Amino acid sequence: MTPAFRRQRALADYTLAALARRRGKNIGLVVIYALVVFVVASALLFSSALRHEADTVLAEAPELIVQNLAMGRHDMIKGDVIDDLAAIRGVTRVEGRLWGYFYDSVNGANYTLMVPLDPDRVLAPGEAMIGEGVPRVRGMFWETAPLFLSRYSGDLVRFDVVERISSESALVSTDLILLNEADFRDFFGLPGGVYTDIAVTVRNSREIETIMSKASALLPEARFITRDDISRTYQKLFSWREGIMVALAAAALLAFAIFAAEKASGLSAEEAREIGILKAVGWNMTDVIAMKLWEGALISAGAFLIGTLAGYLHVFTFQAGLFAPILKGWSVIYPDFALTPRFDGVQIAALFLITVLPYTAATLVPVWRVAAADPDQVMR
Amino acid sequence: MSTRPRLRRSSVAFALLGAGAAGLALAALHAALSKAPGQARMEASAALVRTVGLTDLALFTEARYTRHPAMADLHAPFQDNPMSFEHFPSGTFAPLNRNFGRGTLGFDEAQVIR
Repeated sequence: MTPAFRRQRALADYTLAALARRRGKNIGLVVIYALVVFVVASALLFSSALRHEADTVLAEAPELIVQNLAMGRHDMIKGDVIDDLAAIRGVTRVEGRLWGYFYDSVNGANYTLMVPLDPDRVLAPGEAMIGEGVPRVRGMFWETAPLFLSRYSGDLVRFDVVERISSESALVSTDLILLNEADFRDFFGLPGGVYTDIAVTVRNSREIETIMSKASALLPEARFITRDDISRTYQKLFSWREGIMVALAAAALLAFAIFAAEKASGLSAEEAREIGILKAVGWNMTDVIAMKLWEGALISAGAFLIGTLAGYLHVFTFQAGLFAPILKGWSVIYPDFALTPRFDGVQIAALFLITVLPYTAATLVPVWRVAAADPDQVMR
Repeated sequence: MSTRPRLRRSSVAFALLGAGAAGLALAALHAALSKAPGQARMEASAALVRTVGLTDLALFTEARYTRHPAMADLHAPFQDNPMSFEHFPSGTFAPLNRNFGRGTLGFDEAQVIR
């Protein structure tokens, strides 16, 4: 052990002994500090995992969606435009999408009813595929239980459930009911030849802007939504500034900032006296500052480790249980999903910098002032 | 008489901090190990998105603009009530469309005549 190391170790020992003298206050400090780190860490880890999930999953969404607008609202689009759009150079496939909502008066849930685009997924008349949330909220306990939907009093439509969509993809399918096209049109009383919107596939995704401008010349009233728009929507949706989770964390951060500023604005008389005594017995200013640095570093490193670990466990082991009430909102169906754990080193480093450094710095300034003063004056 | 050396406070503190750091390393390891199964799960969801033609996550099912935020009508802030951003708590997660355009019409004569 080099003398410098021994010296630092002795300082650490002294600091811990000093901290132990005000045990209650310091334990309280670490707990509050760790709690702040926990909330920020949970919010960061949760939104980053959701962003990654949305990015990966929605990368397969249709490249371009064409919506018809009527009176400023989304309206059904005529099937005639499919041929016009397909004639644009660079477009490889144009398909009419059929999807809509159904409010289930039995339980107050909203389902998304849809006709699958892929011909391999086409269902036979009277058949349905349902997401994992539907049997859960309808109490369909056995696998082959049929689904009955009632549009109005006295009406009952039966669908035979041929498959329950795996709960692995609950995040995109929890409220889905997939139907045959004829059943869908019949259920909603929709005439033939109209679609909810139109999905366009292009040969080269870099041509999407050109194709969009040609399509908007053909359909000036229509609204175009690209895959990039969808991705941007979700990036923004989960962007950590937008969430209420961070609003909560911000409140806690603010409280902690006030606390740290209070600490920075001056030492207690007892602490000032302690520094005066240390100086009187021969400590120099460097020793006092090193001791206080140790104090800040030990407290903040401890709180950072506890808070970050607890945040990781909260998000990936306990499915972010504390955020669930906010996320679930007023919806009856909420996907039962587990996020894929992600540990982003850069994010953790950023968390370390925004939580640990300010505290350590805040404790140093007043110490500098006292340590620089005459011991006699400080103790008086 | 043998005296057992007293454990120094700093040893205990460093051991605890070391344990915390090891915990973080374990968390990183856990995330690395969960990557492959997680990726497989996400790819299964992506396949469903492709074959069915989905556009949105089924996170908030209570309203049109929260169930399909990417497909929802364009809407202006405070469109329903001067005091309300949204009717639903999940509106907090589905921010307003910031793409308000250029602020000027800026079309040329040819477009006006059309």
